[in-house]
Amino acid sequence: METLVMFLIGFPFISALLLAVIRNNNARKVITYASSVLIIVAALTYAVTFYTLGGMPMYIEEGGRLGGMMITDLADIAMIGIECLLVVLITILGIKYKKYYVIILSVLQTGLEFWYEFSGNKPEISVQNMYIDQVTVIMVLIIAIVGTLITVYACGYMDDYHHHHSDIKDRRPFFFAIMYVFIGAMFGLVMTNNFLWLYFFWEVTSVCSFLLIGYTKTEEAIHNSFRALWMNLLGGLALAGGIVMLGMKHGITDIQGLIADKGTLGAAVVVPVCLLAFGALTKSAQLPFSKWLLGAMVAPTPSSALLHSATMVKAGVYLLVRMSPVMQDQLSGYLVALIGGLTFLAMSMLAITVSDGKEVLAYSTLSNLGLITACAGIGSQETVWAAIMLIIFHAVSKALLFQTVGSIEHQTGSRDIETMHGLVRRYPYLTWTLVIGIAGMFLAPFGMLISKWAALKAFVDTGLHSNHILFTVISTILVLCICFGSATTLFYWSKWLATILSSNPADKKHKNTISANQWVSLFTLGILMILICFTFTSISIHVVLPYIRYTYGVVSEVMSHENIVLTVIMIVFIFLIPALTYLLIARNRPFPKAERYFNGAGTEDQVGFIDSFGNEKKEFLTNWYMEDIFSARLMYKPSVAVSIVLIIAFTATAIITGGGI
Amino acid sequence: MDMGIISAVAYIFLAPFAGALLAGLDRKICARMQGRQGPPLLQPLYDVMKLLNKQTKVINRVQILYLMTFLFFIIMTGVLFFAGYDILLVLFTLTTSNMFLVIAASSGHSPYAFMGASRELLQMLTYEPMVLMAAVGLYIVTGSFRISEIVTSHNLPPIIYLPGVFLGFIFILTIKLRKHPFDLSTSHHAHQEMVKGITTEFSGKMLAVVEVSHWYENIFLLGMLALFFLNGEAWSIALTVVAVIICYFVEILVDNTNARLKWQSMLRNSWIVTAVLGAVNIVIVEIVKGVK
Repeated sequence: METLVMFLIGFPFISALLLAVIRNNNARKVITYASSVLIIVAALTYAVTFYTLGGMPMYIEEGGRLGGMMITDLADIAMIGIECLLVVLITILGIKYKKYYVIILSVLQTGLEFWYEFSGNKPEISVQNMYIDQVTVIMVLIIAIVGTLITVYACGYMDDYHHHHSDIKDRRPFFFAIMYVFIGAMFGLVMTNNFLWLYFFWEVTSVCSFLLIGYTKTEEAIHNSFRALWMNLLGGLALAGGIVMLGMKHGITDIQGLIADKGTLGAAVVVPVCLLAFGALTKSAQLPFSKWLLGAMVAPTPSSALLHSATMVKAGVYLLVRMSPVMQDQLSGYLVALIGGLTFLAMSMLAITVSDGKEVLAYSTLSNLGLITACAGIGSQETVWAAIMLIIFHAVSKALLFQTVGSIEHQTGSRDIETMHGLVRRYPYLTWTLVIGIAGMFLAPFGMLISKWAALKAFVDTGLHSNHILFTVISTILVLCICFGSATTLFYWSKWLATILSSNPADKKHKNTISANQWVSLFTLGILMILICFTFTSISIHVVLPYIRYTYGVVSEVMSHENIVLTVIMIVFIFLIPALTYLLIARNRPFPKAERYFNGAGTEDQVGFIDSFGNEKKEFLTNWYMEDIFSARLMYKPSVAVSIVLIIAFTATAIITGGGI
Repeated sequence: MDMGIISAVAYIFLAPFAGALLAGLDRKICARMQGRQGPPLLQPLYDVMKLLNKQTKVINRVQILYLMTFLFFIIMTGVLFFAGYDILLVLFTLTTSNMFLVIAASSGHSPYAFMGASRELLQMLTYEPMVLMAAVGLYIVTGSFRISEIVTSHNLPPIIYLPGVFLGFIFILTIKLRKHPFDLSTSHHAHQEMVKGITTEFSGKMLAVVEVSHWYENIFLLGMLALFFLNGEAWSIALTVVAVIICYFVEILVDNTNARLKWQSMLRNSWIVTAVLGAVNIVIVEIVKGVK
């Protein structure tokens, strides 16, 4: 087990090193494929080993030595070295681009952390560095499978990308290397138990995302990358502050230590937990820090896919889910839940107003992360169940969606939804991967909806069972957020769905030029998505519920058996009914073809009408964006303001009252 | 359980006829309100028979797949409802089936149908929050999402606790019943700037499918209304019948005394009603139920 852990964290860095030095395009592809396969196999072995060892949460024994030194000691030294390097790197780039504030933030938090570690303020207790339980296994599998498939996809995509964008400097060795560093750091982040290690990997992912966003080095890219950096560094500072407070005031230096003491500590740790949660909120781009993730779209699509699905934003919600037992029924938890609920609703409304496909996906990521955050904040067993399920579904479908939109953009030259009319005839395979992704995001009976359902029920219950009137009101607000947010989510996905599934007689099948490696990634993720929809019951029983039983002691039924059975039956029917209709009715072409109705004479090819002068007028259809109602101007600033007020109000209350109410 | 199976089977076989009768009655009362004689009571049934005997034409074949799936899931919605299953599952099934209608209509990329489909989506956006809120309200009052348990709660009828939610639900029911002033995507009345909107490209048997599913849906919607009045006592059934008749009559009256509104007014008004009547009602009920 120890070897596997070392391999998963260490090997991506070796791949990264190789990818950074090798300039040959084919060699790079071979290395990427091989790394991807090796990492996926290692992750699967890791999962299987966990279950053959009994499937109980455990610490991983550390006895390995390298050259006479304990590996963990070596790792500590390496981390300190790399942290210094990161500060130097940020300083150099900060001076180069005249963004001095990032230097201050970076020096501050690294200084704080070093002071804590070396001044003797850190409690002298031995810490188990590595921990494994079901949540770790889920995260490791997501990062390994989704994350490395994205790098495989990137092999073909980046060829096309530089073919299309000849003005952008080809820095592919750098790009691929950073992606693998990112993956390695994510493995570290989800497997560690030591807060200081968590902090280290946290910083690495922040810097990686900064470097990926700035890939093209255009003015916009640089601007957006620095925004991502300062927001995440601010979060890092809060995280460091939270870790130091926990260590100095409560003698807690590891995650499990924090969770184990939830009963005795209760309200006492609310302030440090708020700080940790603040860090997690910035990383998951929750309000008021949502701008950085929206700006991250300037980077090539594989990096967006990586940031939005398997890595980065998932690190934030991962930490929140880990901390949920401590946040349950505390001020910190209700703060996090409110921020999450607000983000869910506001971002789903904003998603209606944009027509750029990638922008819709970005808003939808923010919105879904909001729901996960809200679930984690409430922290009851039902909501944690929903949060974990949402993480799984979201990772797979979002990676699939980003990659499909990226490929569509390279085929048609645009990623605007309005250019996707008739896509089903022009690019049928891309359309179906897109449909699978979209259906997985919102349509009953697929994935996300099941979690939303569980969350809705759990929020109502929290309100009913809460012992404080304020908390009842907050959970009712969350219920309202879900009611309205479901409707807006439904709207922006279904208009896209209806658009790609519509077609003119004039739309003819195009030959696509998508490389095999892109298809491998797209199809694998598509099949994975369908598989997860069919097997979500077993995922729930064998992975999520054991974790909840272990963490909360008891486990009650989140979804009744009856509802699960009915949901699965519905999934079957949704495929079966169209198939049967085709076989029994439509296949035999029972009805003659009608001309499309134009309220007048249509043109011969049926894509327009003939006007009174006998000229052909082409039809032009667009979707609804309702900018006058949901525009960013009306929505964004107020929701940022509300979220800032919430954060200040809750934190102030927590400090003044010492966490109780 | 047995009761559930019986009513589900009854729904499958009787709902279309009950729906047709309801539509016929609706037309009759409408006509009387407008000072006309009106068609025979069974006219909707004759219309559909006639449609079934007509040569159908389609603009593309996938339309048939989507429409049949639409019909299937509408029936499934009602079956799950009358069999007494989870109300949220029922509502999600309803949403899914409506999605298939939207996709069916827009699949041909025909101008009037596509615009009608967009408007249908807009209508879904408008009524969805209130519908979910109604389910939440019923859950808070009766302690269950299961319809079989909601209707046998043996408390006072839910309407006593949920007057705001009920009024909000009646408000958006106008959209679902495709009545003025909210019949934006397609209308029962002849005058419509979008021709027949979402149903423009459906003809013959395919149009009959849409009509029949509308009947199924209406019976299910009246069932939803009944949930606010039933509590398992015998007298509540009588109350329900009277209340549902009054509600439907009010809907017809509204239909005949209002002009169609613009979509902005529909969205704004419905959401304001949802937020004010529905949300405030839910907050109050939850506080009263929670703090005990």
